[in-house]
Order: sequence, then structure tokens, then C-alpha cells
Amino acid sequence: MQTTRFLERSGSIAERVTDFMSHLRGNGIPVGFVETDAAMRAFASIDVLDVNAARMALKAICARSEDGFERFDELFMAFWLNRGREKSGGAKRGKIRNNASQRSNLSLGDGGPADRSSGTQSEVDADGTGDASSGGEGKLVASRISNLEKTDFRQLMTPDALAQAEQVARLIARQIRDRRSRRRRADNSGKLIDLRRVARAAVQTGGEPLNLFRLKSPDRPVTLVTLLDVSGSMTVYARVFLAFLKGLMSTDQKTEAFLFHTKLVNIGEALRDHDTLRAINRLSMMAQGFGGGTKIAGNLASFNAQYARRMVNGRTVVIILSDGYDTDAPEKMASEMQRLKKRGCKVIWLNPLKGWKDYAPVAQGMAAALPFVDFFAAANTLDSLKAIAPHLEAL
Amino acid sequence: MTWTDIKSDLAGAGYVASDELAMAVHISQTLSRPLLLEGAAGVGKTQIAKTLAQILDTRLIRLQCYEGLDAATSIYEWNYQRQLLSIRVAAEEDVASAEIEDRIFSEKYLLKRPLLEAIQQDVPPVLLIDEIDRADEEFEAYLLELLSDFQISIPELGTIVATTRPHVVLTANGTRDLSDALRRRCIYSFVDYPDKRTELVILKTHFSQLNGHLAEQIVGFVQALRKEDLEKKPGVAELLDWTAAISGLGINDLSDDPATLQATLVCLLKTQADQAAVPTEVAQRLVGKAA
Repeated sequence: MQTTRFLERSGSIAERVTDFMSHLRGNGIPVGFVETDAAMRAFASIDVLDVNAARMALKAICARSEDGFERFDELFMAFWLNRGREKSGGAKRGKIRNNASQRSNLSLGDGGPADRSSGTQSEVDADGTGDASSGGEGKLVASRISNLEKTDFRQLMTPDALAQAEQVARLIARQIRDRRSRRRRADNSGKLIDLRRVARAAVQTGGEPLNLFRLKSPDRPVTLVTLLDVSGSMTVYARVFLAFLKGLMSTDQKTEAFLFHTKLVNIGEALRDHDTLRAINRLSMMAQGFGGGTKIAGNLASFNAQYARRMVNGRTVVIILSDGYDTDAPEKMASEMQRLKKRGCKVIWLNPLKGWKDYAPVAQGMAAALPFVDFFAAANTLDSLKAIAPHLEAL
Repeated sequence: MTWTDIKSDLAGAGYVASDELAMAVHISQTLSRPLLLEGAAGVGKTQIAKTLAQILDTRLIRLQCYEGLDAATSIYEWNYQRQLLSIRVAAEEDVASAEIEDRIFSEKYLLKRPLLEAIQQDVPPVLLIDEIDRADEEFEAYLLELLSDFQISIPELGTIVATTRPHVVLTANGTRDLSDALRRRCIYSFVDYPDKRTELVILKTHFSQLNGHLAEQIVGFVQALRKEDLEKKPGVAELLDWTAAISGLGINDLSDDPATLQATLVCLLKTQADQAAVPTEVAQRLVGKAA
């Protein structure tokens, strides 16, 4: 029944599939021409009028990871059957359907320069609690001095400041990353001479050290995994923290980043976008429940179950950016933190509230997590972020 | 051959596949692209390759990946001992050096490893590259070349082009993330734990004489157990082991003998923490749920 729909619409199947691919792309599943081509060839071998078969065929071709596999059905339904909610750019896609020539504009979140400066702020307001610019009710120690670096992140939304946040992040990432090792590994491009091996080889040549072997200290980078809370209580900080995350990402291809509110979303790919503002816009759309409630412990649980195994080991630093207001039970928080710690990683918890005067970690979730945190610091001004850099070296 | 044929063929060979998996197999066959399967341990990712080889009536060539796997163990290696012997012999016979070189770098002196072997078969085999995520990223890059061009270059011998294209099945467990380049060359399917109905069918295909009530109890128990907070959830393989144990012990109803049931749980729970997490009371509660 629904299959007749795409006959009604203008355009051939190929064109519709191309549109579908852009729809997927816009929703964070990286597909391209190759997939379109494969889909067309696959359609030749199945009954295209069978929606279910078509769905499964496209799924096999386009979903490229567990995450994509899970989300595909919803996206498929949204596009072909007009069912469910589209995650993002609904209006934009509508435009494309009417006017195929605009297809090139589809790259998501790229709203042009006009909405970059004005659109960003209003979006936070719309999603969040609406007090982004009102300054909030808390009295901040740091905000008395009114230079940029001391302003609480709540006021800090200009592209300039975002760029600075990114810079600080790069600094911190470098601090964490560069670990020297005392061990040496055989490597002929190294500087040190491996005397032992040279001597051993010299036996062969009658005591003449003909071959020189060298040693090098191996590169043992620490990988970073960041978990950012974007629940209602954190919305005002989210934008700057996203810029901060982006800075962390840019130093190393292996850095992973997640957003969480009531659900955990992997945003690593979207954050590698070169344009900070576009990346952030893309993210706000990706995170459906942006500004909703928080389930820190539940999200940690799903992180532990799904990602920790391949991302977290003894050489990983997990950075959690959250205010610690959790709707899950504190015992769960403690057990999940313990599970995470068991992998041998270091945990850094950056809490924007800590910068407030007289802050004590009384939020139950925060208190439960503290025993497992290696380094607990404030993160409400750029200065406070900068200040943590030296401590990281000691971790 | 349509995807439903593949599904019923697989079922005929004892593998109960979900629709999505059957479709993925079908697409990878028609487009002759590698099939990448991800999923938890014990959901039958490796088994599908074996079954596929069985229904296509062809050889299964398996490459088990591990950290440090390199070209010498996966593609080819020169048979050095044989080459040395040959040089010795040639020296006594007084043969020209160019001729020796030609001789020792010929295919006769080449040890073929699974990947090279797979592309030189007359009948396309099923090539199973198991747990690709355990191999290093460097190996993954090498594999990409093979999977896109189906040819292998050996510096001393030249390029060997595939005589037939093998049906490639890759499996991954999530030890590390795979590169996007590899993912985009593959048809992807995520293999999840089977649902209750499917699992019953699986059980019936493997244990035809099992009585219906017990089968339902067993499946219900394992399904309930998977919902518990365990470090390692029992997969299909564990389910089959456990069923074998239970029928071997002559148990007809899970609720009959709590002590024996508890003892058989070693088939399902593979870590100390998990065994501690399912004491007798929990096991009994799960049996109650399953009944």
C-alpha cells in the first residue's frame, strides 16, 4: 500500500534512493554514491515492492556499524513511509523534495553564515530552560571580574570564545596524550644504539660490529574518551563544552566523544567536522533529548556495556563533564563507576558547579561517584579549565 | 536465488537465520561483496560461514586473526629451508646464479597461507576471516587491498590475480573499532541474540527429541538470564551446551532439582562474578519466570 507512494512522487527510483542516501547522511550515517549504486544493483535481485525486503536490503548495504544498524529502521520509516519523527532537518528535506536542484544544499547543519551567529543562541533557548542569557540564579565567584576568561560559561557563546575553548582543550589534550615511556623497542630509525644486539650480531662476523642496530622509545599515546552531559541543568554549558570536546578531538584521531541525557549518543564522527559551529549545530540536532532529564548512571551502564570494552583500557583517560544531578539511584552510579574503573582507566570529572562559591558535592549521584574519580575539578570558566592542565600530567 | 531461498537453505543446514541476516547474505552474494558480521560472542557469527560453505558445497578457508598477525602468516611466505638446500645443491652442480634465483623464487618454493590460497581455488570457497578486530590496523589495511582488487602482489614473483572470487565473511567482536574504509567495502549485519521463537526453533533443530515443555523452559530461562546484569551473557553456543548437559543428566523439568540445576549453570555462566550473581534463589526465580 505505502509502496505506491513513491510511484506518485516525481522522480525515478534512482533519484529517490539518492534522496534517501542524503537523508541518511544528514542523520549521521555516512553513505555515498557507492551505496546508492550497490542499492540499485541489489534492487534488481529482490522484490522491490516488498517494503520489508527493500528495507532489509538497504539496511545491509547502508548500516555500517551497530549504531547505524539500530537507527536504520526508524530512518527508513521516516523517509519512505512518512512515519515517525525525523531527527533533524525535516524542513530542509521538504524543500529538496519540491526542488531537486537544491540537493547540493543538503549537507546538514550548514545553514549558511546568517544563522550561524544568530541561530545558535536562540536554539539553546528553545531547547533548554530559557535562562541562557539571564545569568541564572547562582552567585558566581568567578563572574565578578568581567574579562572573558573569568566569565562563567553561561555568558560565553560568541564564536571567539568558542574558539578559545577549543584552544584550551587542545592544550589539555596534549598534556594528557604525551606520555614518555622508559622502555625501548628495537627500531632502526631510533637514536639509541642497541649495544646488546650489536654485540650479539658481531659474533657472526668474527667480532667486527658490522651491523648497527638501534632503539627507540615507543609512542604510547593515552587515548581520551569524553562523556558530556547535555541534560536540562547543563544546557547552558553545553555549547562551550562541545567546543571544548571538539578541541580535544582535533588533537588525536582516536579520541572518542559521547553526549548523554536520557540516552547515550556517540558524537565522535560529527565532532570531527572542521567547522566548529556547523559541528555543534549538527550535534544539537542529533541529540534528540537535548536538554531533557539526566540518567548518568544508566548512561554509564550503557557505555560500559557497549563501548567501554573497545575504547577503554589502562591507557585511557575518561573525562566526564557533568554536574552530577542524576535521576538514577546513587548505588547504581557507584557500581557503574566501579565497573568503569576496573578497566584500569583514569577518570576525570569536570563539574561546572564546583566553581561556584561554597560548592560541596552534595548531589547524591556526584557523592557516590567521587570515590572513583581520580581528579575532580571545576569547569565553569576557561581559566578553571586551563588550571587543570598541570594536574593532568601527574595522573 | 532469492533471500528467502537462502534463509530456507540455511535452515535446512541447521542454521536458523533472522530475515535481516539472510538478506545480508543474499545481498553480499549478488553484489559479490564481503559480509561483515558484528555481534556479541556466541550468537553464531562464525557458524554462518561454515553453514554457507556447506550449502554452497564448497571449501571453507578460515583465517583466525590475532594481534600481531602479519602477511607472512596470512598471505604467503618463502620456504627458506628449501631455498637454502636448493642453493647448496646448485652450488655443487655449478649452475649460473641467475638460474638459481629463478629457481628458488618460483611458486614451488612458496608457502601459501589462507588468503593466497583462497583466491587460487577453482571453485570459489568461503573465506572466513574470524575476529578481524583482533588483528592490527596495519593488517586491516593490507586486507583492504585484497578485498577490493582480489589480487596479491609478491615482489619476487609478480602479481597474483584471483582465479575466482571467494565469498568473504568477516566477523568482529568489538575488541576495537574497525576502520571506516573496511566497513564501507562490506555488507553489514549486526547479529543479535535470537528472540524466543527463533531460539526454540534452533533448539528443535539441534535436539529433535527434546520434549516441548522442557525446551520452552530452557529457552525461557536463558532469555531471562540475558536480561540479568551479567558480564558475559550466554550465547546460542552456551544454550546448546547447557541443553546437552541437561538432557544428558536426564532432567525433565527445570524446577525439579534446584541443586542439579545450579550445578549445570557452569555451562552458561563463564566468569566468577557471573556465577556469584546467580545464586540458587535467583536461578529459581528465573525458572519460575520461564515456566
